[in-house]
Amino acid sequence: MLEWIMQPWPWYVTGPALGLMIPLLLLSTGKSWGISGSFRNINAMCAPRTKLPYLQFDWRSSAWKVILAVGVVIGGFIANYLLSPEPVPFLPDIYFSVKGVLLLSAGGLLIGFGTRYADGCTSGHTLMGLSNLQMTSLIATICFFIGGLIMTWLIMPLLV
Amino acid sequence: MDTVQDTPRETSQVALNLRVLVIGTMFGIVLVKGQVISWFNIQEMFRFQSAYMYLVIGSAVVVGAISVFLIKRTHARTIDRQEIEIKSKKLNKGTVIGGIMFGLGWAVTGACPGPIYAQIGSGTWLAFVTLGAALVGSYLYALAQPRLPS
Repeated sequence: MLEWIMQPWPWYVTGPALGLMIPLLLLSTGKSWGISGSFRNINAMCAPRTKLPYLQFDWRSSAWKVILAVGVVIGGFIANYLLSPEPVPFLPDIYFSVKGVLLLSAGGLLIGFGTRYADGCTSGHTLMGLSNLQMTSLIATICFFIGGLIMTWLIMPLLV
Repeated sequence: MDTVQDTPRETSQVALNLRVLVIGTMFGIVLVKGQVISWFNIQEMFRFQSAYMYLVIGSAVVVGAISVFLIKRTHARTIDRQEIEIKSKKLNKGTVIGGIMFGLGWAVTGACPGPIYAQIGSGTWLAFVTLGAALVGSYLYALAQPRLPS
């Protein structure tokens, strides 16, 4: 059993396990699954006197979004250091450079801005929204892929 | 008729945060063990070189959709007997423009928001750059939001 856990998991374990997070969160807390809302929460926590309407909300009542993100960090640590034979790298070596930092910075800006503008990411739209059969989330997911394809096929060949 | 057993009970902050923390931890473990946080897997997905990520996302949505269907069909309540309400999100220009922006960032960083956090936990320290930039990006959205087409 332990030996099996230590290996990379196949898609038919990984996918259903990710999908199960939705009913787990709904049934234990009534909250809808989502991750990128934590960005907004952290922004609001760091700017308590902001005049920006988007950040003027009671972040304490949705602090669970940040707690969820903290859990993901802890889970990432447990999985890679305790449940893997040796830690696995997840970014290519070429990213450990000035160029790599610039690419990650640009990408991160797009992720932060884009997920807030679209009101969700692969968690809130692709997992939660599609599971709830929402047209908005289907369109959002298609747009995520259009953006990913443009970056992969048209822009990255020029950059990486 | 409401019996005592049907009366919703308030979820304390501590209980809420503990439950969420445990679920987040499980999610992080699955993301890493399934290598969903790997830049290489995301690139193979967008290059159509591997079916792996499509099978992961597809089976996740199938399990999620069946779960949501059953929760609605049975009018299931939370473990504190509160009613479960799933809000729908509005379709607007941001869904498309923001969605494409996010997709651009997803492909180049190899991480969507969940995996950014899981990468950090996994010791991929460069992911702090991605997270920091994402927080700046989110703040820039807050600045621009009053003037953006919605």
